[in-house]
Amino acid sequence: MMANTASTPALSIRGLEVTYDHFRALKGVSLDIAPRESFGLVGESGSGKSTLLRAVAGLAPVSAGTIALDGQTLGNRRDKEFYRRVQMVFQDPYGSLHPRHTVDRLLREPLDIHGVSDGENRINRALDEVGLGSGFRFRYPHQLSGGQRQRVAIARALIVEPSILLLDEPTSALDASVQAEVLNLLEQIRRDRALTFVMVSHDLAVVTHMCDRLMVMQDGAEVEQLTSPELAERRVTKDYTVNLLRASEGFTRRQSA
Amino acid sequence: MSVMGNTTPPPLAEPQLSRREWLLSDRPTSRTQAKLGRAYVAWRRFAENRLALIGLIIILALVLVAISADLLAPYSPTIGNLATARLLPPSWEHWLGTDDQGRDILSRLIYGSRLTLYVVVLVAIIAAPIGLLIGTVSGYAGGWVDAVLMRITDIFLAFPKLVLALALVAALGPGIENAVIAIAVTSWPPYARIARAETMQVRNSDYISAVRLMGASPIRIVLRHIMPLCMSSLIVRVTLDMAGIILTAAGLGFLGLGAQPPLPEWGAMIASGRRFILDQWWVAAAPGVAILLVSLGFNLLGDGLRDALDPRSSGQ
Repeated sequence: MMANTASTPALSIRGLEVTYDHFRALKGVSLDIAPRESFGLVGESGSGKSTLLRAVAGLAPVSAGTIALDGQTLGNRRDKEFYRRVQMVFQDPYGSLHPRHTVDRLLREPLDIHGVSDGENRINRALDEVGLGSGFRFRYPHQLSGGQRQRVAIARALIVEPSILLLDEPTSALDASVQAEVLNLLEQIRRDRALTFVMVSHDLAVVTHMCDRLMVMQDGAEVEQLTSPELAERRVTKDYTVNLLRASEGFTRRQSA
Repeated sequence: MSVMGNTTPPPLAEPQLSRREWLLSDRPTSRTQAKLGRAYVAWRRFAENRLALIGLIIILALVLVAISADLLAPYSPTIGNLATARLLPPSWEHWLGTDDQGRDILSRLIYGSRLTLYVVVLVAIIAAPIGLLIGTVSGYAGGWVDAVLMRITDIFLAFPKLVLALALVAALGPGIENAVIAIAVTSWPPYARIARAETMQVRNSDYISAVRLMGASPIRIVLRHIMPLCMSSLIVRVTLDMAGIILTAAGLGFLGLGAQPPLPEWGAMIASGRRFILDQWWVAAAPGVAILLVSLGFNLLGDGLRDALDPRSSGQ
């Protein structure tokens, strides 16, 4: 499942820089992601992996470089069409749902914005797809568990039928059993809908499991790009990646014990 | 259907749900039920507070009295008997006595409640939306929009309220409408500040980012997603300010710049009673007590609303 370099990449990033008040959070990152590929971004906290995702979504101040979607370079302002093609799931399901809106209203909002008719059906279908029945439809976020909230967030991202899904550590705020459920759900949705995933995680096991290729990041710059098999077989070249692997192995061993 | 609601029985198993269970249901089946359930929870939290209930009763009583003033008032509020009924002390005939024009003070108080409500409601309707709009726009937009709007707010805040209101009334001419305008103009800045602070808190939250990522326009985000979040603290603040509004209106009335004679405005009534405050104390005391009661009512109500509506204390 290597990237097919012959076709136009679904997402192409060239020399991307993001600067927050004189702090360079991203220092010239470039990458290409093929259609239907699942791409992971790995690194420790503050390595710029989430910033990269936010920059693609238009939530971070890009100071240099270009982002192209299916070969079309994006301007500084994203239009509605962009948000029908690219959606994002946030890390913290407790913070990403409006506290005063019911699930119904949360899912209806994107449909209203994009003027999609047939809202009733779509909402019910979206809830079914993420494994929540219509019994959840009129609940408020505080009446849901973390895993259920994240499912609602995924349903909200999918309801406009995007082709690229940006996932910002979608499971790191959930406990282990729920994590697996949500990851399986995402995996299934990607297969069913032929989606392109860009997934940020600090958990190498999750990334190896979910992604075809990945990029290791440090201090806002690329360390190296690997395929999942390469990572699984420890065929890494950079010291930083070796250290990262060693750190996560300590974690896996304790987990398996 | 991975996780069931914890204790509530499924509605189908028990078709005869009591109204309370229906309202508190963990899995509402319609939008209305969800909304009503939420309102019911807020009401229960509010009703737990005895003092807040007293405040609510005072305000409801004020509204009722204002509506049915024609039925309740035993005498005319504007026409008195100068020959026989001047400055009579409280008696069975005139419960709260009469003033220097021979008018029944109770009747004047009852009709005066209309003016009080008129002022309070109009000021709230004018000032709260202005403050809300300026605060949320400035908080969400940031940058130079924020700087300009907040400096304007600062300028208004820098004036002593009553003095600015006095200047405005002096410019516009005395009268109750102008008093309302003057008070409204001077009372929006704190609301703008509150709304801005609340907006700043939520503008970078993930759920607002999520709405932006849906492609929502800034106007939509401010109107539909940010404003509702500012509403509860604003309602609380406006309710707590009602007492101040009443006092400012009374102050303007007292200075002769608010309601003009013979309107039975409470502040103006105190002003006219001032001359005989030592010998005929009831002329000034009755409206004074009325102002005190209504102000107290609004303050108690505001405190209760703060406990009931504040999302931080309710864990929502």
